[in-house]
Amino acid sequence: MTVIVREKSTDSFAPQAEDDMLVCRCEEVTQGDIRTAVHAGLRTFGEIKRYSRAGMGLCQGQTCQRLVRAVVAAQLKVPAGEIGRVAGRAPVRPVVMKELALSTEESEGVDDYAE
Amino acid sequence: MIMPSSSVEKRTADVIIIGGGVMGCGAAYQLSKEGLSVIVLEKGELCAGGSGRNAGGVRQSARDVREIPLAVHAVQNIWPSLGEELGVDVEYVQKGNLRLGRTEAHLEKLRGLVDKNIEAGLCLRMATGAEAREICPYMSEEVIGASWCPTDGYANPFKTAFGYYQRALDHGAVFITGVTVTGLGKVRGKIRRVSTDEGTFEGESVVLAAGYYSRAIAETVGIEIPVEREDEEVFVTERLPPMFDQVLGTAEADFYGHRTKHGSFLLGGVSGLQHFTSNHEGHPTEAYTAPSLVRAIIGFFPAFANVKIIRSWSGHFDTCVDGVPVISAVDEAPGLTIACAFSGHGFGISPAVSIAIKELVMDGKSHTIDVSGLRYDRFTGSAD
Repeated sequence: MTVIVREKSTDSFAPQAEDDMLVCRCEEVTQGDIRTAVHAGLRTFGEIKRYSRAGMGLCQGQTCQRLVRAVVAAQLKVPAGEIGRVAGRAPVRPVVMKELALSTEESEGVDDYAE
Repeated sequence: MIMPSSSVEKRTADVIIIGGGVMGCGAAYQLSKEGLSVIVLEKGELCAGGSGRNAGGVRQSARDVREIPLAVHAVQNIWPSLGEELGVDVEYVQKGNLRLGRTEAHLEKLRGLVDKNIEAGLCLRMATGAEAREICPYMSEEVIGASWCPTDGYANPFKTAFGYYQRALDHGAVFITGVTVTGLGKVRGKIRRVSTDEGTFEGESVVLAAGYYSRAIAETVGIEIPVEREDEEVFVTERLPPMFDQVLGTAEADFYGHRTKHGSFLLGGVSGLQHFTSNHEGHPTEAYTAPSLVRAIIGFFPAFANVKIIRSWSGHFDTCVDGVPVISAVDEAPGLTIACAFSGHGFGISPAVSIAIKELVMDGKSHTIDVSGLRYDRFTGSAD
């Protein structure tokens, strides 16, 4: 893991023309939100996700991952590879609870939840 | 700034804190606010261990009496104004905690917890099934009673940890991530040196708040903390219309959870098998866990049957042998303060712990909050 030294930023936040642009559509996180997170001291994808919710929605960052990395990398002036990736989380697609409840065949009470 | 490791220039401070979770960030905030210079060392990302994986309960009820002073202090004196203090919305909601029972044996267990908590000065009571359904109308008839603590609640662990982090930065604290601590060392009988894979750091004091990994670090100076990893999983639902804001738990610990400000529900627990199946590292979610939790949840809350799960994650508790943390100075290692082994219920007390750590570092004892039951040397073997 890259060593990162974090100290108080002395620069003030500089708004950009495209800050209103949506980057994470699922959670409606804008470029400005992500740049604000970086300015606040967050550096990795995991940190920016926890701070801004980018990548936490229905598609789990499948759509916005590259964009988030690009915005962060541009602001920090580092290669996108140093930002890290969004963590893969099960399930790959949203699953209705009663369907998960059925996934052990001999589970008790299955009939209660089956349609 | 992201820099190559050779450019880590600052290597000495008044206090070196090991661990960049909510405890380390909180301690960094309190100590830097007092004017001390602080370096925080974190091996991974910030807020990525227990602090980045928990559901955010802020609970006083059903705690061991040794922890209750911390929980009560946090809820009465800190949580209501913490967002204002840190300048971030920590999403604190105080709408109570219901711990549910389905059998007479469950109620017996809950009554025992309630009695002990009342003795420790906490305001909570038993509720009948009907009363519990009045508080939270979505519960099934399976619930025949519950413990009810109206002053419990929840908050957002990420916002809290990052809030402490940002304000600590403002007060001049330096955080270095991607640095793994390998051991502690003494200079003239006092803990001073912190060895890492990126060289040595030195402080007048050292705070060890590295969760489970504190165990191996403390061992390098002969201090044994009886703590083990215990995996749990949490999943998050789709965003739902407002249903209820109480934090839920059960007598059997089948699951726990609550709504978030975002509108989704966080629901967590264990299958009971993960201790024997998980490899701990990499935080995999297990095939058994979500189905097992879902079956319990639908039993208590039938309305969840048609709700979608968006994602799930796992993490490990740093579970102490007696289920409560170690928050303590160390007689044999002057200069060292330990705050670890929170056993899965550290987040709710974290604002109070940060104050206890500050006082242990600066004055050698915690005078605002009684942590005397959480000393590092309280453990005795069963053969004693």
